[in-house]
Amino acid sequence: MEVSLPKTAAKTAQRTTVRRYGVGVLKYALLILVAAIFFVPIFWMASASLKDLREIYTFPPQWIPLTPRWENYVDAWNAAPFGRFYTNTLITTAIGVAAELLFGTMTAYAFVFIPFPKKNLLFLLMLAALMIPIQVTMLPNYLTVANLGWLNTYAGIIVPGASVAFGTFLFRQHFLTLPKEILEAARLEGAGHFQLLTKIVLPLSRPIFVTVGLIALVNKWNDFLWPLIVTNRIDMRVLPVGLAYLFDQEGNSQWGVIMAATIFVVAPILLIFAWAQRHIIAGLTAGATKG
Amino acid sequence: MPTRKGRPWRDYLLFLAFIAPNFILLGIFSYWPLLYQAYLSLTRWDMIAPTKVFVGANNYRFMFAEPGFHRVLLNTAYFTGAILIGSLVIGLALALLLNQRLRGRTLVRGIVFAPYVLSGAAVGLVWSYIFDPVYGLMRVILDWFGIGSPDWLVNTSWAMPAVIIVYLWKNAGYSAIIYLAGLQNIPNELYDAAKVDGATGWATFRYVTLPQLSPTTFFLTVTTIIFSIQAFDIIAVMTEGGPINATTTLMWYLYQQGFVAFRAGLAAAAGMVLFVLLLVITLVQVFIVQRRVHYS
Repeated sequence: MEVSLPKTAAKTAQRTTVRRYGVGVLKYALLILVAAIFFVPIFWMASASLKDLREIYTFPPQWIPLTPRWENYVDAWNAAPFGRFYTNTLITTAIGVAAELLFGTMTAYAFVFIPFPKKNLLFLLMLAALMIPIQVTMLPNYLTVANLGWLNTYAGIIVPGASVAFGTFLFRQHFLTLPKEILEAARLEGAGHFQLLTKIVLPLSRPIFVTVGLIALVNKWNDFLWPLIVTNRIDMRVLPVGLAYLFDQEGNSQWGVIMAATIFVVAPILLIFAWAQRHIIAGLTAGATKG
Repeated sequence: MPTRKGRPWRDYLLFLAFIAPNFILLGIFSYWPLLYQAYLSLTRWDMIAPTKVFVGANNYRFMFAEPGFHRVLLNTAYFTGAILIGSLVIGLALALLLNQRLRGRTLVRGIVFAPYVLSGAAVGLVWSYIFDPVYGLMRVILDWFGIGSPDWLVNTSWAMPAVIIVYLWKNAGYSAIIYLAGLQNIPNELYDAAKVDGATGWATFRYVTLPQLSPTTFFLTVTTIIFSIQAFDIIAVMTEGGPINATTTLMWYLYQQGFVAFRAGLAAAAGMVLFVLLLVITLVQVFIVQRRVHYS
């Protein structure tokens, strides 16, 4: 359809198209800049992990190492017992996440489905624990763990952090939305609470279960301060603490080897994140919009 | 749910059994240590001697009289304040950008959020290398603008900004996704109405977007303060509270007094100060949320 526009109108139309185009370009430029700011340090970690000393100590820096030095990874692995650090982190994270999921679902189930007088007060009491993070009471907690003889043990690393307040809160929010009729029907057929939890409530709560589990996994994998104070033997250190130990040993000259070691720590989490970021984000925003 | 009549105690027992593991742990490792810490803060003890000397409020008096501790409080306020303002402003800007219909925005959202899940110790180490005044990446960027690189982590006035930059880089993605969720909850009708009224882009942002986001901003304010008050790992690997205490926050002070200097009483007192700060922030939150529920 051809319509001849008056000259001025055509000009304004042209001007707005140009402007719109300009704004579009600007937005994409910003998007690329933002991506660069958040990506480059991670890229830098990976790139430096393959540099030899000569390439680390040049300016302007070498963005991509010409001859990748894979031995940095071997050197890092041998400079500190990283095999042992991995074992410790895997054990404490796995048991920690399992405990959080078990205790969180059981507590939330009780708060939603089992009658008890004044249970809302108990719920508030539990939420109050969010104000007392383990960091703030680390001194008396350290003394408790020491008195139990749990220094340098997995129990010492795992148990004090195994209680769940925030996860229970998220589970409870979800359980409240489940259709009561299904549960009542199962109840009338004689199912007990434990069966209801495992056979009906949990299968209906897979997304929130995965989300709470992933957030717990990230937190426990990266935990630094608590494992630092309840262990002092090198063979009981977890990955992040072991990484800091390696840095103390090597000093800040061996950046290639140290960056290879940071890859040991972040690579598993980055892989899980690439696969499951949707679930992690869902949980964090659920806490914000419903809380 | 209907319960079999006449035997409520069975349900009560079951309730207690279900919540027992969690509540026993909370009791031993959250509530009890708070009480015990309150007591310890009134004693002098080196964590080895069999007896603790009761000294009343002396630890608090000593702490608040010491100029070094004033520095610690100032550092904590500097760190927390900069991170609060930085993550709100940067988070909102990122959310506004990533909320646009742009190709590749899902990927960029992932990239922006990725640092949040990385270990603080690892992140701190990478940035120590980036901040290297001679061979670091930061020097390259400053060179583009013709600015010389400061000796970031060794200089008493640049160490804190450096730590703050790293913390913001790691956590801005969190604020951004929370703000994104907030933006997506704003009903479209409000924007339509603004358009009908002839509001410009800035006016729409000022009078529709920002007020509608205020619950999100409030939630982020509280969580950011609580998390930044507890920040530890990045400081531990980058500066260890130095140079000359320039990055010693309340959290680092507590660690130093308790686990390096073995002054249990002072560490406990610092822990109580931290707890009171968290308590005040939470009470303000509860108060404001309740008022909003009642009066709106």
